[in-house]
Amino acid sequence: MSTGACIVGIGETEYCRKPGSGLSQLGLQLKAALHAIADAGITPAEVDGIMPFPNLGRAEEFAANLGCTNLRFASTIHMGGAAPAASLGAAAAAVEAGLAHYVLLPAGWNGYSGSRARQTIAEDVSSIPGGAIARDFYMPHGFTAPPQWYAVMARRHMHEYGTTAEQLGSIAVAMRTHAQRNPRAVMHGRPLTLEDYLASPMLADPYRVFDCCLETDGAAAVVVTTAERARDLRCDPVRILASACGQPYPADEITNRKDIFQTGLTIAAPEAFGRAGVTPADVDFAMIYDCFTFELLQQLEEVGFCPRGEGGAFVEEGRINLGGSLPVNTHGGLLSEAHVLGMGHIVEAVKQLRRECGDRQVVDSEVGVVTGWGDFGDGSIAILAR
Amino acid sequence: MSAYMKPLPELSGLHGEFYGFCRSGELRFQKCDSCESWRHVPRELCAECGSWDWSWHASSGRGKIFSWTVIDRALHPDFADDVPYAAVIVEMDEGVRLLSQVVDIEPERLEIDLPVEVVFDPVTDEVTLPRFRRAQI
Ligand SMILES: [Zn+2]
Repeated sequence: MSTGACIVGIGETEYCRKPGSGLSQLGLQLKAALHAIADAGITPAEVDGIMPFPNLGRAEEFAANLGCTNLRFASTIHMGGAAPAASLGAAAAAVEAGLAHYVLLPAGWNGYSGSRARQTIAEDVSSIPGGAIARDFYMPHGFTAPPQWYAVMARRHMHEYGTTAEQLGSIAVAMRTHAQRNPRAVMHGRPLTLEDYLASPMLADPYRVFDCCLETDGAAAVVVTTAERARDLRCDPVRILASACGQPYPADEITNRKDIFQTGLTIAAPEAFGRAGVTPADVDFAMIYDCFTFELLQQLEEVGFCPRGEGGAFVEEGRINLGGSLPVNTHGGLLSEAHVLGMGHIVEAVKQLRRECGDRQVVDSEVGVVTGWGDFGDGSIAILAR
Repeated sequence: MSAYMKPLPELSGLHGEFYGFCRSGELRFQKCDSCESWRHVPRELCAECGSWDWSWHASSGRGKIFSWTVIDRALHPDFADDVPYAAVIVEMDEGVRLLSQVVDIEPERLEIDLPVEVVFDPVTDEVTLPRFRRAQI
């Protein structure tokens, strides 16, 4: 059964890859939150639920700065980049159960100027699941950071299914091409060709520099409430048909999974589609968490947009491009718009369903999917509709 | 000998026991006393059958490369002088997989299913890391 909750407000800061937004990590998120609250047409005092992104702020400080004088629901889903899409489900449940009327989901960071994204996780390895495992069995061998952890999955996929560098490159090029229609994108005005991609330096083979997400400053936020309350608000509500999350097994260790390609999405996607009452074939667009090119491909397969092993052909045929059968990340994604921890993917999905996307609008879009990927492959999915 | 500056495992608990065997030149993994499943990384009980009973058993030391990545740009400052270096996942004959490095295989010669065998790399007086080389037979 689908939820009756809706996204009724979206907000973003500018996205940039230069020092000097002048705002702290919290300040950026407050700015995005205020835009989302204004977009919803409510006041900060009406926000009585907050779900901060893991390790990027506490509900108490959001509430104290915004003037949320009646905070009743505060919770964080600890799934890294999978948190925003997973939090939509928790926020929907909260408003439907009456735990809160309006739940704010903020996310943002100084991922460029704060240097945090570029640092190794050596110092904060304890913040990932199985921190002691990474510390004792990965770090001593120089297996220290996400592109390396995921590169071994990409390599194995290339071995088992013949996935090629050109296919991964076609994802990077598609994201960059989409960003050319998004003036907010950091890579707007900077197109990329497959030749550019193939010529870019290796980072962690098979990952080149252009397989990797951007590091940017910026924040985004959304507001969730019930369909009943949404009726009186200023924007067209976007319905949260379903949201689900899951974990690979084991979630705290990458190398010993019987099925190395299984992610949390493998479990979450069928559950979400079942509850939403739709199938992958009904989906008009998808915002896929694109921390790295292969992870986008892998999630296409695990959601069920194509069978496992056929993701390479799927992307190479241009099916994820605007105008293709399943446009993916029409904003440019983490690869070419900005790294807003997955909240940007939800914001873009809402814009598509409100049909506010201008020349990157997916025509007649009715149903869209947003996914999240975090930590060692935790996954989430939200199915949204007009 | 100059000080070893790279990250080291903490030598406590089950992880410490694993590295204690490495220091004496043995690669050992946990094996369930009840259902005889091998496991790595160390766990408190057997996720296959639920048994708390287990023992450390010697590995053959042999396996094959399951996957790898060649790291051309270090994302941790302590490895900056090592690039390019390969991090490999080795699938041991016992079925468990281990993240490690190879010592005698050029990055461009790596391939999936390449047979390898363990060697021991005493990086400090206290810590010996298990590494892998091309299988000798
Ligand atoms: Zn057992």
